[in-house]
Amino acid sequence: MTGYLIRRFFWMFPVLFFVILITFLLMHAAPGGPWDRDLSAKQIDARTQELLNQRFGLDKPLFINLDGGNPFDSQFLRYVGGLMRGDLGPSYRQRGLTVQQILFQPPKGKSFWQSRFGYSARLGIFSLFWAVALGIPLGVTAALRRNTLVDYVALFISTVGVSVPGFVLAIFLIILLATKLHLINIVQQNWSSPGAWITPAVVLGFGAFAFITRLTRSSMLEVIRQDYIRTARAKGLGEAVVIRIHMLRNALIPVFTIIGPALAGLVVGSFIIENMFGFPGSGRAYVQAVSNRDYSMIMGTTLLYALLVVFGNLLVDISYVFLDPRIKVK
Amino acid sequence: MALSASTDTTPSTTTAAAQQMEKLLARPPRSLWSDARHRLLQNKAAVVSMFIIVLVALLAIAAPWIAPYNPLELHSGKGFLPPVWVERSPTGKAGGADFLLGTDNLGRDVLSRALYGARVSMVVGFVPTAIILLIGITVGMVAGYGGGRTDNLLMRLTDIIYAFPDLLFFIIVMTALRNTLLGKTLNGLLLLFAALAIVNWVGVARLVRGQVLALKEREFVTASRMTGASSLRTMFRHILPNSLSPIIVSAAFQIPGAIITEAVLGYLGLGLRPATDPDEIFITSWGAMLLEGQSAINNQPWLLIVPALCVATVVLAFNFLGDGLRDALDPHLKQ
Repeated sequence: MTGYLIRRFFWMFPVLFFVILITFLLMHAAPGGPWDRDLSAKQIDARTQELLNQRFGLDKPLFINLDGGNPFDSQFLRYVGGLMRGDLGPSYRQRGLTVQQILFQPPKGKSFWQSRFGYSARLGIFSLFWAVALGIPLGVTAALRRNTLVDYVALFISTVGVSVPGFVLAIFLIILLATKLHLINIVQQNWSSPGAWITPAVVLGFGAFAFITRLTRSSMLEVIRQDYIRTARAKGLGEAVVIRIHMLRNALIPVFTIIGPALAGLVVGSFIIENMFGFPGSGRAYVQAVSNRDYSMIMGTTLLYALLVVFGNLLVDISYVFLDPRIKVK
Repeated sequence: MALSASTDTTPSTTTAAAQQMEKLLARPPRSLWSDARHRLLQNKAAVVSMFIIVLVALLAIAAPWIAPYNPLELHSGKGFLPPVWVERSPTGKAGGADFLLGTDNLGRDVLSRALYGARVSMVVGFVPTAIILLIGITVGMVAGYGGGRTDNLLMRLTDIIYAFPDLLFFIIVMTALRNTLLGKTLNGLLLLFAALAIVNWVGVARLVRGQVLALKEREFVTASRMTGASSLRTMFRHILPNSLSPIIVSAAFQIPGAIITEAVLGYLGLGLRPATDPDEIFITSWGAMLLEGQSAINNQPWLLIVPALCVATVVLAFNFLGDGLRDALDPHLKQ
């Protein structure tokens, strides 16, 4: 098992390397460069561009430096080196700022949680938290009280929530809450009041909530039929104990594994939902970077999110082995 | 199977159940596929879904003839009209029979735009899926049947592609290559097809490989080889037909995934490039309509509701059809 864990951990590196390589190649295939300004704005003259290129190493060859000297002195290897030091390079559009400053630097005197990434991380954690905290009990109740109202409600929510894409649901929820019921203000400016966070978190977490409910329900139904449940009841255990010890412990293992994919879903959802609510997070910064063609920002944020997803999957895979001793790993 | 053996039940033990059994056994034998078709047609949700999909496909094909206006036609002074059943929109306008689903900020007919949008969604659903099946089945068969280095390479490749979050990949591909020749062909649709195919073929390849690995040890495959059939013949005459069910089901679920991707990319402004020529085949998409409607969410929510409903309906229909196909093709899975 230790062998598996070590292999699983080290396999992360080639994966990340390819993610970086693909992103790097695609971004270099993109037309334009970091010093282009909007057509209306004053352009940077050729000489200054040359100096800037020299300063940021953009005059270097792409992969391997064959001009003599240090063969590792290339743009790609410099970028990888920068990544190791947490340096994502200068933003192509926001002058004087680096990508890591845009993403991680909080306003003066504030904590990390006030940075763009901090905002998104908080929203993601809240969303995932309520999705798990409500989805699991709902799924369990639905399975225990099969074919009752609770079960039908759970089935309806999970079918709709799983099949209809999250952002379409978000659009309906926002229209319902904002323009029909006038419960919320879409252009919510004051993010320091906790109430403002409720709607985006509800909307963002809904897909994960539906998925968790559905999986918990089907996994519970599977477990309920098992022989060891009959045995547990037959030996006279109380129903509460049977549910808690014999059913839940087994039924929740598959539920746990989807937290990895759910994380990826939250990342994607955050692009659209942060944009709709004017939320000052990194998802919105990413979408803005895409529409401004801020290539270094797009590349940096893509890598950040890819890293998050890869790492999340790794954690789930590893803990799965501990959660379910029946799993045999080569 | 032993159909004839059980028909001679002794009359003394004939009960209602046995009679029913006899009736069942007396029916003419049916092939696996006609059995599956029968089960699929029993599934109401799947039948309704198929009807919706065919309807949307027909509407999409017939869009130029049935759309009341060209989706690019501007009706000046008639912007932001609500749908016909709304008597007073937040901006104080009433809907009219001229524009059944209202108009957008430039006075373009929403119904016509939605009809043309269906074309993009349908094409994005079906074309990449066809490419994915073609590549996925070929590679999966070769890797599963041949094994060895090809197999290893494929598995490593799938690991990497699985690890790269799909949408992030689509976003960087669409941003980076948008202004290249590839990104301009078919208003950017070709690039989208390519991106979808690159990411999704591995899933099918992995599935096919698994099927091939399971089937190639079976007796009928050995028998086929023993009678001197070539590898190609064994693969395409014996292994492929027996692994079709999961392939069909996975294809049915690829389609809604692709439609959602197009809508998300369109919403981010990375989908279809805006068309300028009213005679083009692909003028607008539901994703693009979502993007345009977003700024008017307070005054004209219908600009968002119409494309969102379109996406939701089509995606739900494909998902229900996929569920139905899975249950029909593999009744053991149904609980």
